[in-house]
Amino acid sequence: MDWIALALSLRLAALTVLILLPVGIWIGRWLAFSDFRGKGVVEAALALPLVLPPTVIGYYLLVGFGVASPIGEVWFRLFGRGLVFSFEGLLLASVIVNLPFAIQPMQRAFEAIARDVREAGAVSGLSPWQVLARIDLPLAWPGIVTGLVLTFAHTLGEFGVVLMVGGSIPGETRTVAIAIYDRVQAFDNAGAGAMSLLLLVLSLLALSITYGLSARVGKRHG
Amino acid sequence: MADAVLSISLRQSGPIPLDASISSDAGSVMALVGPSGSGKTTILRAVAGLYRPRHGRVVVNGQVWLDTECGIDVPPYLRRVGLVFQNYALFPHMTALANVMTALGHLPAGARRSRALALLDRVNLAGFETRKPAALSGGQQQRVAVARALARDPDVLLLDEPFSAVDKVTRQRLYVELRELTLSLALPILFVTHDFDEAARVAGRMCLIDRGRVIQTGTPRDVLARPASVRAAALVDLKNVFSARVSRADPSRIWLDWAGRSIEAHAPEGFSGIAPGQAVSWAIPATQVLISRTDMTVADETPNRFAATISDLVHLSESVSVKVRLDGPDRPELSMTLPAHYARRTGLVAGSAVTVALMPDGIHLIMEV
Repeated sequence: MDWIALALSLRLAALTVLILLPVGIWIGRWLAFSDFRGKGVVEAALALPLVLPPTVIGYYLLVGFGVASPIGEVWFRLFGRGLVFSFEGLLLASVIVNLPFAIQPMQRAFEAIARDVREAGAVSGLSPWQVLARIDLPLAWPGIVTGLVLTFAHTLGEFGVVLMVGGSIPGETRTVAIAIYDRVQAFDNAGAGAMSLLLLVLSLLALSITYGLSARVGKRHG
Repeated sequence: MADAVLSISLRQSGPIPLDASISSDAGSVMALVGPSGSGKTTILRAVAGLYRPRHGRVVVNGQVWLDTECGIDVPPYLRRVGLVFQNYALFPHMTALANVMTALGHLPAGARRSRALALLDRVNLAGFETRKPAALSGGQQQRVAVARALARDPDVLLLDEPFSAVDKVTRQRLYVELRELTLSLALPILFVTHDFDEAARVAGRMCLIDRGRVIQTGTPRDVLARPASVRAAALVDLKNVFSARVSRADPSRIWLDWAGRSIEAHAPEGFSGIAPGQAVSWAIPATQVLISRTDMTVADETPNRFAATISDLVHLSESVSVKVRLDGPDRPELSMTLPAHYARRTGLVAGSAVTVALMPDGIHLIMEV
């Protein structure tokens, strides 16, 4: 078992979840409650990571994060190191790749809140922030947790994008999924098997939680 | 108009056409009635700040909530408005008590609970405080919604078809409760409905709305029996509307020539400037048409008597809806409502030959400009 890779994976997943919690709520709520021209294009763009091969996303992120790119250049000026093949670069890539996993369940949960219930909050004297805290979040929390659980599980299992953007630097960018690949390459089937089993159990757990919460959302609004 | 507690003026050509000026005083219940899609709910939403019309002004107690010319648009949470939504829109994750307490944000935290309990008691819901909306009946949910709307200590109370989601028996009870409640409230109340009987039961004044336009305002009795236009008559489902010509008039009475029949009507108050030969429309409510089995040859002083034949007769729960065709080349059809016992006693059936009499004081002349 590669404990350093496991710790790195868990750290990456936890930070991705932490960043996508406010981002997902904000974008999910915005998409759920507003109607504008080009909304379909925005939703399609956010869903792209679901259908594109990870190597394609990885390739664009690699090009986009390189020192020759504006993002990479700004990053280099600020921190004196490159974004590619670093943990920070990996985290940024992870956040981008996980956008649909976080946003879509949250958006669906916000959409399930009846419009007049939110309006009733406003005419009862609740400010927009109070409507968020006292109506939106308490009603949408199963969807929010689902988005976070999916994000966490998906980050642990991501392979292609990690390999393209981060490579396999121990303690910096080598995640469990990469470590499994390395073990197999080194004919260490026992090590690969242990880590694979761990990922399998974690994924099953995450999906169980997700399905359980989806049923809860259905019951509440059904 | 200037000293009315609530004054609303809304104008836009689309997407929902609006051309409405409404004012209401404290303690008065104004019903906004009209067919589905006529813009009644939109007017209510504009008062609450949930809909912004292109041009409009809403003033409540001297406070300007909306003035599109001056760029004023107070957000809904800063308008002191109580709104009972059509489907109540209770917060599903909160108890009845928490629903009401949510609207008490203007009180100190320590005072909210006792105030919410008092409000629930006022709407006869003591004992149901800890129930969530899903565990309450339709009528109980409506009461929580009313308590929550009153909790805001509103300057204006808005009710959007509050009885549409409850059964008929519950509705009858809620009418009485709402009527008692409105009598004790010193604030203007706007009440949206498409049911004229409901409006007449609950409201003191009625505003008839058609495609976003206010086409008549008055007491429910006036609006229902004395429509200002043929369109208004159609909207209030006044079926007996006909065209005639004025044959002569004196200060108190008017005689019409209705396809050769002479009709006598009472001249309305302040009525002047009508000339013989002028074309008018006239209407008579179904309740003002009398029917008898006596023959036309029997001497009778009653004016406006005509021989007719019953063409249709439908028994309702407490009354009978009858249609008759008058004799004559044009065979016009009149609708009327009779007490059920009368129809039974006289043995009226479809095809019976009868005499109808139109009450002169029930005949309403529609003078459209």
